Amino acid sequence: MGVLEIPALSLVLLVGASGSGKSTFARKHFLGTEVISSDFCRGLVSDDENDQGATKDAFEVLNFIAGKRLAAGRLTVIDATNVQPEARRELVALAREHDVLPVAIVLDPPERVCVERNEQRADRQFGAKVVQRQRAQLKRGLKSLKREGFRGVHVLAGVEEIDAVSIERTRLFNDLTDQTGPFDIIGDIHGCRVELESLLVELGYKITRDELGRATNAAYPDGARRAVFVGDLVDRGPDTPGVLRLVMGMVASGNAYCVPGNHEDKLLRALRGRDVKVTHGLAESLEQLAAEPAEFRAAVETFVDGLISHYVFDGGKLVVSHAGLVERMHGRASGRVRAFCLYGETTGETDEFGLPVRYPWAQDYRGRAMVVYGHVPTPEPEWINNTICLDTGCVFGGSLTALRYPERELVSVQAEQEYYAPAKPLHVATAATREPDVLDITDVTGRRVIETSTHGRLSVRAEQAGAALEVMSRFAIDPRFLLYLPPTMSPVGTSPEPGLLEHPRQAFEAYRAQGVTELVCEEKHMGSRAVVLLTRDDDVAEKRFGLAGRGAVHTRTGRSFFEPTLTDELLMRLRSVVTEAGLFEELDTSWLLLDAELLPWSAKAGDLLRNQYAAVGAAARSSLPAATAALESAVAAGLDVTDLLERTKRRTVNAELFSDAYRRYCWPTDGLDGVKVAPFQVLATEGATYQDRPHAWHLGIADRLVTAGSDVFTATRRLYVDQDSWAEGIAWWEELTGAGGEGMVVKPAANLVRTDKGLAQPGLKVRGQEYLRIIYGPDYTEPANFDRLRNRNLGHKRSLALREYALGLESLERAARGEPLWRIHECVFAVLALESEPVDPRL
Amino acid sequence: MLLTIATTSAGLGAPASDLGFLLHKNPARPQSLEVAGGTAQVIYPEATEERCQVALLLEVDPIALVRSGKGRAAEGFTLGQYVNDRPYAASSLLAVALGKLFRTAMNGRCDARPELAARPIGLEIEIPALPCSGGPELADRLFGPLGWSVEARPIPLDPEIPEWGDSRYVVLRLRGALRLADALNHLYVLLPVLDDAKHYWVGSDEVDKLVRAGGGWLGAHPEKELITRRYLAHRRNLTDSALERLAEADGAVLTEDVDTEVGDDGGVVPLAVQRRAAVVDVLRELGARRVADLGCGEGSLVAELLRDGRYDEVVATDVSARALTWAERRLHVNEMSDRQRERLRLFQSSVTYADARLVGLDAAVLMEVIEHVDPPRLPALARAVFGTARPANVVVTTPNAEYNVLFESLPAGEFRHPDHRFEWTRSEFREWADGVGREHGYDVSFRAVGSDDPEVGPPTQLALFRLKEVV
Repeated sequence: MGVLEIPALSLVLLVGASGSGKSTFARKHFLGTEVISSDFCRGLVSDDENDQGATKDAFEVLNFIAGKRLAAGRLTVIDATNVQPEARRELVALAREHDVLPVAIVLDPPERVCVERNEQRADRQFGAKVVQRQRAQLKRGLKSLKREGFRGVHVLAGVEEIDAVSIERTRLFNDLTDQTGPFDIIGDIHGCRVELESLLVELGYKITRDELGRATNAAYPDGARRAVFVGDLVDRGPDTPGVLRLVMGMVASGNAYCVPGNHEDKLLRALRGRDVKVTHGLAESLEQLAAEPAEFRAAVETFVDGLISHYVFDGGKLVVSHAGLVERMHGRASGRVRAFCLYGETTGETDEFGLPVRYPWAQDYRGRAMVVYGHVPTPEPEWINNTICLDTGCVFGGSLTALRYPERELVSVQAEQEYYAPAKPLHVATAATREPDVLDITDVTGRRVIETSTHGRLSVRAEQAGAALEVMSRFAIDPRFLLYLPPTMSPVGTSPEPGLLEHPRQAFEAYRAQGVTELVCEEKHMGSRAVVLLTRDDDVAEKRFGLAGRGAVHTRTGRSFFEPTLTDELLMRLRSVVTEAGLFEELDTSWLLLDAELLPWSAKAGDLLRNQYAAVGAAARSSLPAATAALESAVAAGLDVTDLLERTKRRTVNAELFSDAYRRYCWPTDGLDGVKVAPFQVLATEGATYQDRPHAWHLGIADRLVTAGSDVFTATRRLYVDQDSWAEGIAWWEELTGAGGEGMVVKPAANLVRTDKGLAQPGLKVRGQEYLRIIYGPDYTEPANFDRLRNRNLGHKRSLALREYALGLESLERAARGEPLWRIHECVFAVLALESEPVDPRL
Repeated sequence: MLLTIATTSAGLGAPASDLGFLLHKNPARPQSLEVAGGTAQVIYPEATEERCQVALLLEVDPIALVRSGKGRAAEGFTLGQYVNDRPYAASSLLAVALGKLFRTAMNGRCDARPELAARPIGLEIEIPALPCSGGPELADRLFGPLGWSVEARPIPLDPEIPEWGDSRYVVLRLRGALRLADALNHLYVLLPVLDDAKHYWVGSDEVDKLVRAGGGWLGAHPEKELITRRYLAHRRNLTDSALERLAEADGAVLTEDVDTEVGDDGGVVPLAVQRRAAVVDVLRELGARRVADLGCGEGSLVAELLRDGRYDEVVATDVSARALTWAERRLHVNEMSDRQRERLRLFQSSVTYADARLVGLDAAVLMEVIEHVDPPRLPALARAVFGTARPANVVVTTPNAEYNVLFESLPAGEFRHPDHRFEWTRSEFREWADGVGREHGYDVSFRAVGSDDPEVGPPTQLALFRLKEVV
């Protein structure tokens, strides 16, 4: 009984005449969804599975479906006669396009079997002639199948053989997804044995030596970690044989994996006596190897020949290849994939040093797998879109670097000397390896779904993204400084108290209903929401965010509050206070993101205040007294317009109250004089976010900042409330709003709270009666208006607030983890996009 | 909001209270009428033999106005919809109420006192809060030629914050001897014109209304064009509420779309036209066949390019979805044949994001675009356009700041358009362009657009970037 081995990811062509049993075979050995039959596709486009006139369209459909499946990495079986070379050629090309292996399974039962089967089917009118012709075509093509590019050709002749065979799917050599690590991935060694040994020791490996003292193996205690070499073990350096001996020993004993570099590839060809140019340090290798016994050279040849182009580890989360790898080639196998792994993608141009210009694939990389590679020497390894190059030019006098996975820690040892002069200075290489300063439009537009750690998958509609694109492009600061946009906040449910739309009791009740009783009430500053990105030193921004500057102070929609010089001045002031308060050290970070309110409101919203609010007051101030005077005359003349007069008088008072309300939030500022920042939360620092720290911790930090620099920081008053102290909370709110304050925000004291029903609202705002006048209009308190306004729907606003909150946290977490810029920007952009949803703006 | 009309026995040549006959409203009986957006009251604070004053008082119900949907179409879902000047200031709503309450008087009919209706009478009209977009002197320019003596006193924005200056409202007093019907028609047309706000949907029947109310006087008015344009201008059904919401979230006010910038509407040939012609000339010279207008706005350049058969492909992008919708209408994309439509690709894109759809063009045009980008984001623009899209040629135009002194209507130090983030001198532009050319491998040359003044240069400067041959 035969067993056919088929690569787990391949394009399988069933080849055989009509009636040879292909469909039956496919049903028996493959999933229904894995098989695409030409008959089925004919039916799709013509309603008749046997309509030969529909063949062309049917194959277009078939190729399209097969292409989609292969792009998604799914084994696909083509159930068509495939007896003509032209038909097969197209499918082989499709397999190549997706870098999967094409496999042919030929079913060749005797002619009469095919003819009989066809006769039994009412829908088939083929005579024996058709079968004869097809079998003849098949026979002619059998010999050339291998040449056509098939990696496996399995011919099953005879009914018994076809029936008896079974199929076994084999994993691709590069598939080590079941190996979860931890790993120590080591960059380009180039014959630097001494540095390799030091690095292994530094990493905690124990080296085994032979009787001549030569390192032959290295193992981590208990085999708890394994090394992965990114290739380019050989050439240029002083001891290529020594490096090979050690690495080969480690690989043979299972202590390491190794992928080939372009230098191994060329060395192999040289060892096999091919005509290669002995350049780029190959001469050194050949000379050193010549001094070794022939058996060693043979072992090297076998070792290098057996190296697999790249490996996919840890469930697909880690990919190691010498020159990096674009996502669509992960876990694929083809000549193209191998070439990419060895040489990277080149543009065909050469630079001023005569070296090939490399296509910066990493800048476009959007895959979830971490890609670790070497190949291009850089002075410092840098993360670019979740990829990292570990070639730190050891042989050129740089260092030898390892990356600990999954820890993402870098470990390196300095080269003892420059063993080989580089073709171009190491530092020149930096330009191409930076995090890209321009994001791709496909990172943000169209319908998007974002996976958040706190609130599941959240989607953004294409129109919302469109509105956000305009605002982001026209007004927002550089995305590298834009790590977060604050979420909108829901007000409390409408109060049943007479004359009040909002009251703290509803906030306390809402939280209690969710089982949250420990609360904090924070004074609501009437300013503008501000996000402050501070850096510890002047070189931090450039190093960490790839952008010159000191940080940013931006609004809810990502605009800078001030022009560059003022921003810089403010950042300097804030930095010196934060430094004095010892916050950078305490949080062990070079940068800090603060959530704050920037005061006064007029500093940013001057236009809105003048055009919208003051204008209303001005019109009212002129129009209502005139109306009152006219009505008073009319009353004096004996007309019955007393009601109207009374109402107009009340409206005059309302208009004055309205002007009073906005005036409280205006005071003159000159440059930064008069500008205050009221921080209330630490959002993120390097490697950490703080949504799980209680608000008391956050406010404690805010207080320390105020103590250290009261000229620029201002405090946020607060009151902690539990089940028994609602009355105090209410009294405090009355006091705040009675004195003209905007109101307060009630938050769970513990900060982020998950309840049975999901995330709790991060805060509920309770605004004061007078403040609401500038939201709902001067006359909102008039009974005729008030009763209608009570009827407000908060559902949408609440859902929006939670979604934006979760997206904000997601962007903070991604930023803190040092994820690629596009991953952060995606969340920031989504918050802005959601903000364009039409929700009652008064809420 | 309030409007009063008064007359005296001397002015009327009859007992002043006869004004009641002319208006068909009895001075002794206050009258109220439901009108769009609220309740209008007609009362006479004074009605004696000597003097008679009628007051039209409109109590606006802002909540009802929003709920009826009248505000929404025009203003989007923003706070301004709820908190606005309509309950206080004279606007189109007052004009509508005027038309409803005094329709017969506006037509000049008065069966009781036909001779009074037919001849000019001494009138004094007062509006305590009239929005006057264009400054108090505009009121004079509009009412003056009609025979009114005009007093327009600006109202301060906030007496407690004097540094804010005046509001856009004036106290308007008109005195003159006119037919009452004419006076009412003047108010009916000119109140919304002075307000110049987008208060309600202007439909096609508004044209008829204007013709009717302006009959006999509008044709000879020196400001006829401004009046007509403003009266009919706010035909906005494509307001972008989302944008307004986002602007408001920041405490900012979205700048009104100003179609033309300073300089674009003056001269024998408007600058915008000259600029377009200059760009088209360059594209022809280059022999470009696949071209893109990045930041196409409403698509006037695109329309010109589509008319010319030499372009195989015209790509039109803008960052504003609203602008694209306008462009689509203007270009009649829906009515295009397949052949025409194949030549045009129109999609939303941004010059600060890399966009692979723009790769492989012969030429890309950035016409009056860069000055709308914040200077710190210009490197991103250069990367996206010159680095990623990398067309063989790029044409960039931008204002020449030196020329601004020649625009009389432009106050010194101001930009030509409220959304401009900068306006460069010729040397500043050259410095930027040369830097971009160096970094991205383009040769740069410069041209003048418009009359090239020997001192300050041309109004618009143009840079042509040509990709250096790859060696």
